[in-house]
Amino acid sequence: MRATLRRKWLVAAGVLAVLAFWLPGQPQAADLPTETAVLTDAPNVPPPIARTAPAKVVVELEVREVVAELSEGVNYTFWTFGGHVPGKFIRVREGDTVEFHLANHPDNKLPHNIDLHAVTGPGGGAASTFTAPGHKSRFTFKALNPGLYVYHCATAPVGMHIANGMYGLIYVQPAKPLPKVDHEYYVMQGDFYTLGNFGEKGHQGFSMAKAIDERATYVVFNGSTNSLIGDKALKAKVGESVRLFVGNGGPNLVSSFHVIGEIFDNVHTYGGDSVQTNVQTALVPAGGSIIVDFKLDVPGTFLLVDHSIFRTFNKGSLGMLKVDGKEDKSIYSGKEVDESYLGEKVLADGSRIASLQKELAKEQAENPKLQKLTKEILVAQGQKVFLNNCSMCHQPEGQGIPGVFPPLAKSDYLMGLAGGKNREALVGIVLNGKTGKITVNGKEYNQVMQPIAGLSDQDLAAVLTYVTNAWGNSAPSFTLDEMQAAKANVADPTKVKGDR
Amino acid sequence: MTARRLFLLSLALLSLALVPGLPGAAPGEGVVRLPGGTFTPLFGVAPGKATVTVAPFRMDARPVTNLEFRRFVLAHPEWAPGAPPPELADKTYLAHWKPAPGGALPFDPAQSRQPVVHVSWNAADAYCQAQGGRLPTVFEWEFAAAADETRPDASQDPAFAAAILAWYAAPTGAGGLPEVGRGHPDYWGLYDLHGLVWEWTHDFDSLRFGAAASRAGDAPGGLYCGGGALGSATREDYAAFMRFALRSSLEARFATAGLGFRCAYDATSR
Repeated sequence: MRATLRRKWLVAAGVLAVLAFWLPGQPQAADLPTETAVLTDAPNVPPPIARTAPAKVVVELEVREVVAELSEGVNYTFWTFGGHVPGKFIRVREGDTVEFHLANHPDNKLPHNIDLHAVTGPGGGAASTFTAPGHKSRFTFKALNPGLYVYHCATAPVGMHIANGMYGLIYVQPAKPLPKVDHEYYVMQGDFYTLGNFGEKGHQGFSMAKAIDERATYVVFNGSTNSLIGDKALKAKVGESVRLFVGNGGPNLVSSFHVIGEIFDNVHTYGGDSVQTNVQTALVPAGGSIIVDFKLDVPGTFLLVDHSIFRTFNKGSLGMLKVDGKEDKSIYSGKEVDESYLGEKVLADGSRIASLQKELAKEQAENPKLQKLTKEILVAQGQKVFLNNCSMCHQPEGQGIPGVFPPLAKSDYLMGLAGGKNREALVGIVLNGKTGKITVNGKEYNQVMQPIAGLSDQDLAAVLTYVTNAWGNSAPSFTLDEMQAAKANVADPTKVKGDR
Repeated sequence: MTARRLFLLSLALLSLALVPGLPGAAPGEGVVRLPGGTFTPLFGVAPGKATVTVAPFRMDARPVTNLEFRRFVLAHPEWAPGAPPPELADKTYLAHWKPAPGGALPFDPAQSRQPVVHVSWNAADAYCQAQGGRLPTVFEWEFAAAADETRPDASQDPAFAAAILAWYAAPTGAGGLPEVGRGHPDYWGLYDLHGLVWEWTHDFDSLRFGAAASRAGDAPGGLYCGGGALGSATREDYAAFMRFALRSSLEARFATAGLGFRCAYDATSR
């Protein structure tokens, strides 16, 4: 009798328990619709999730150890989530159940795992995903908290795994999604520690000593100094809105994220809910994130930087957002800036330019070395060197900033030197910098230009050829012979290099 | 039966001698005697102690090769490719061996003197037992691997650590491995402890940070995040961190690319 009662009670409790599982709003993982997550490489972001209810989302991520370019001519062995740095962007929805698969490719040397900051649970999945080379692990978590979260490898020595590129972002889209924008992009900063100095060519190994001292050789967006410049710049049109999902993998440095010439309309501080409006520079902690959005009102190239600005000038934290569209002079009088560069003096100088071009053709015909290293090649290489090293001051289109940084485009000062007998002075300016008053296109400048270190002779010839042949400039190519001769004359260039 | 015993005997004799077909004593052949001693491994020192003591032991001068492992497999068909059950060797067991007709080598002859990889702990253990030995313990292996070419313990030399680290940092890759015994012998006369393949150890799971941590709910002290630094003898021996991390990611059935082994023997045996 007693036993029967007890059994009945148990049955009732069981029914209640089953009912509890069926309560609306608490669907169990087994009942959820299943989908496979769309993963993207930076700077792309998976499309917004249109679902209005939770689902089971399957994420398949593969760890690859790969050699790739950290900077022009500089290779590094990256450890990656998905083949690139940063790792694949993962997008799920608040309340989703995420079935996470981590594969460690058999060609890899090391065990790896993943700690997703979006996970509620010890280690963020680290122990559950600890995986030997040639194996695959799985674990499941519920995305309880909305927001933008960093994920990273957490295998000892954890700093080295992160320093080699093992980080990325997972966005847990809130149940009530953020307002629609025209473009969403993925930008993630990281600091790198190489045995050689910045710009030293060839394969560069990891420097444990520099990493422990937090003395970064490179600070870059999306795994390379070249990831967001030139053709790879982010793109948008005037009138459009852009949202940037910005992460910082570290391992050591905190980012002062800033877009030159823009003001963030909204910043989700630390990737969370609270929104601050009208922000110039936003802190992105190592292992943290922000979400920013802004509307584009005027065209131009807007530079993404870490405003700890030596990192941008000297270590690579430079990206570009190219905005096409109509100018709005009531907001920004771009044309005024143009006017100051296109002075009558330069325009009247057409005959001089024609003679320079003739000189160039003659020199090209006479110098066999030049024929191999054609002007086109030098200009193409020079553009990259310029964007990495010079465009911060002289501006991407060489237009300079009136009264502060002299223009290179149609600059009488530059082209006078380039066309004259003292061309090697230009090599000296790049290697040693330039301080003091100069007059360019009738305007006086009195600023300090820093020496640019780490350039090979070919880099030098390329960048000088580029700036003297871009934006309407025209001059003979610079040759390797000239560089060597000029270096011998300019004051101790090795000392400049040693400053690094 | 008698024939089989004779065959085994001749195998044992062969394994004592040189690899057949190779003229003279190639570098890195034979077994090296190590005196043992006291040292500080990265992990595993008993509470309240600073060092561990390793008794005298002997160790193969270099990792076991494909040719040697083939000979073992011929004598122990239970370890032929495809033979061991999944609990003893997973499906990548000897994955680099390709079927060959007519009893020829089941691998490219160029691989003969390359270290055998894709072997599970169970297979490696069986091999060493068949040679009258065993796998080296973690401490024996770490004791031996602390030596560079001129010193028994170079582990505190940053240049030594950096060279090892550079190898750990590069992917295993799909290409062929170098042959064994090609570099310089270390202080003890051992080859290839660094720079060729990872190597199984007898008690690789005695310091199972991964599994132990997951059983204990990711308790601090796992080889993850900051926890990896807790309990370590030094926080700067990244090379040793990687070895301990690799070991704790393994299970005895795993047959992984880039993971081989060599055998050890008690000082008094054989």
